[in-house]
Amino acid sequence: MLYREAGQFKTSYSADQAMLTIPLDRWFVFALTAFAVIGVPLFASEYLMVSILVPVLILSIAALGLNILTGYCGQLSLGTGAFMAAGAYLAYKIATNITWLPIWVVIPLAGLCAAAIGIAFGLPSLRIKGFYLAVATLAAQFFLLWLFVKVPWFVNDSISGVPPAPPRSVFGFQVTGAAAGNEAKYLFVLAFVIALAWIARNLARSRIGRSWMAIRDMDIAAELVGIRPLPTKLSAFAISSFYCGVAGALWALCYINSVEPTAFDINRSFQVLFMVIVGGLGSVLGSFLGAAFIFLLPILLNSAPGWIGYSVASDTITHIEFMLFGVLIIFFLIVEPHGLARLWQIAKEKLRLWPFPY
Amino acid sequence: MLTKKLVMAGVAAAIAAGAIGVVQAEEGQFIPALTYRTGPYAPGGIPTANGYTDYFHLINQRDGGVNGVKFIVEECEYGYKTDRGVECYDRLKDKHGGATAVSPYSTGTTYALIDKATADKVPILSMGYGRTSAADGRVFPYVFNFPATYWSQATAVMQYIANEMGGLEALKGQRFAFIYLDHPYGKEPIPTFDILAEKFGFTYDKYPVPFATGTEQKSVWLQIRRTKPAYIIMWGWGVMNATAVKEAANIKFDMSKFIGNWWSASEQDVLPAGDGAIGYKGATFNGSGTDYKVFEDMKGMSGLSDDGDRGTVLYNRGMVNAAYIVEAVRLAQEKYGEGKRVTGEQVRWAFENLDLTAEDIEGLGLTGLMPVTKVTCLNHEGTNPAILIQQWNGKAWEIITDWIPAMTDVVRPLIEQDAAQYAKENNITPRDCSA
Repeated sequence: MLYREAGQFKTSYSADQAMLTIPLDRWFVFALTAFAVIGVPLFASEYLMVSILVPVLILSIAALGLNILTGYCGQLSLGTGAFMAAGAYLAYKIATNITWLPIWVVIPLAGLCAAAIGIAFGLPSLRIKGFYLAVATLAAQFFLLWLFVKVPWFVNDSISGVPPAPPRSVFGFQVTGAAAGNEAKYLFVLAFVIALAWIARNLARSRIGRSWMAIRDMDIAAELVGIRPLPTKLSAFAISSFYCGVAGALWALCYINSVEPTAFDINRSFQVLFMVIVGGLGSVLGSFLGAAFIFLLPILLNSAPGWIGYSVASDTITHIEFMLFGVLIIFFLIVEPHGLARLWQIAKEKLRLWPFPY
Repeated sequence: MLTKKLVMAGVAAAIAAGAIGVVQAEEGQFIPALTYRTGPYAPGGIPTANGYTDYFHLINQRDGGVNGVKFIVEECEYGYKTDRGVECYDRLKDKHGGATAVSPYSTGTTYALIDKATADKVPILSMGYGRTSAADGRVFPYVFNFPATYWSQATAVMQYIANEMGGLEALKGQRFAFIYLDHPYGKEPIPTFDILAEKFGFTYDKYPVPFATGTEQKSVWLQIRRTKPAYIIMWGWGVMNATAVKEAANIKFDMSKFIGNWWSASEQDVLPAGDGAIGYKGATFNGSGTDYKVFEDMKGMSGLSDDGDRGTVLYNRGMVNAAYIVEAVRLAQEKYGEGKRVTGEQVRWAFENLDLTAEDIEGLGLTGLMPVTKVTCLNHEGTNPAILIQQWNGKAWEIITDWIPAMTDVVRPLIEQDAAQYAKENNITPRDCSA
């Protein structure tokens, strides 16, 4: 009743090729974006904005990046943390050495550096596939982190090796470092998220995205219909690493305020991979849902007893958190092996018939 | 699918409850306790957290708080993970009228919080860990790392080794081993060792231990067996320490030539190795055991932790940490109004003007536990000598030396250089401390 596609005729090519063809979908996405841009900074508390939404949004970018590579192009990667680290270290290096460069240029630039590194580590993907490729990207994970820790040039020879985020401003509002205003920081991250999500969505339904999916589904068949595997796979690696690099740069500069190697260790790679798997492979929405699920659920489980006025020892809560988190992952994977995005799709299908299901 | 709906409804309810939240109105001197009682670093995290929180409970119950202002302690478990630590800090900092001071017990988390806490005007007391150059109070007004920094500790440990070997000249040509946790914490003293190595003409091999577990050390000890270093120095934490001590005992290394820093020398670290650990040495700045007046007061008190770690080195250190905060609050009240809640900014002033003499410490019943401490605006690591060396005798830690001073002439210029670089990168104009 409320949600339906029947009777919506497209009369022009541009209407037919719109990103969201169903008006209800379009309005919903517009409303959500508007709420995120205007509503959240007005009403949300500092904790919600800086400690919850900022990291979730940044991890969504990383999940989008991995989704491009793994979900759309079918190349399994365990190097997400390393590509994030590349973005973080190079953003710091560029920002502190070319101080006149605006920060909104620095971060995509760091993303491009990460993309170049991604291409280098993506080269073996032409020869090796599946789990073997995962191991090759694992090499990237260990090598790059080792490199950034080993070579003090990346941190401007800082004695401690953990330099703080350089304070930078956009339109006179400081957006990086700890002294940045909450709203400014949040909106800065959100701007990247909106732009990158929009690009990802369009890439996925463009020629390049379709060639990724063809490679994913059957590479020999794709080759036979004229898709060149090397540029296709490398473009997926490049764009994926670009997203991860931007996410890493934002994580270091806007969230933890210092460039720290342990923030990008192998656990981060797994965390992002789980986001993509739980959220839904090959889905932009799934990247967001997965990031929210994997990052927020532990915090939610950890704080929940406090909200209902129930006091439990902090270590007990954490142990319960681990157990429940594991159980919930299994639960969702059993109920919906195609990820949370698929659940949303099912909900939409049900809504089409509601309230008269047959 | 009724169960499915029920679960969904439950999740929805939990999210809704979270959005509303419950505001607690309780007022008092609020202590956000960032703890890690789970994960590979729990062996160090549990006793420090217990000592830390117990001391506040003791003050509340024995003295009724500081001039009637009681402490409210709330724990947040973060598992020694930097991002969760930042989240915990944000979750707690504004509760109950605002945080008094924060002690994260993690160098990584301290690094991430330095700018944040400074902006929020919450002092950080990273007692003997964290960013060493924060000892320069001109650049880091809100960060304190007394009673001594890692760099001071590193030089004092080298001084001790030199004393053992017969003078600083004897270090020349020696080969040492440095085992450390591959984390900002473990890497912190490396620049100091580099300078010392150059200055005194010794060499040392670096053995990083992976952060994720801390237990993968077989290859490290194989290499040590081969290179036969004159002394081993360790910057370890959590389960890594116990593993290292066990491995050293396994290769029959002379334990009296194996020295841990003050986070690598507690009961939890030596007990698993059994008799093999006898002779292992460690740095410390606080005493262990329960033969102190303050433990008499704790007997029979309710609401205290019950993990059987009372009197261990780390438990006592947690208490010392809390005692510093309590004394800073007392000092702040003297200046800004007795019997009133003091803000983080006022506690910051108190930390900077803290001057605990031997008599003060006697009055607190903490003689032997807490070192004499004097902090100044310029020097946030305090002016007291750095370390004592303690040795494990199979049952207890025995302090075997007098206070060993740091080589301030080496450390202080390094601190000022690093602080100046930090100030430059962050557009901070250092304060004038001469006033």
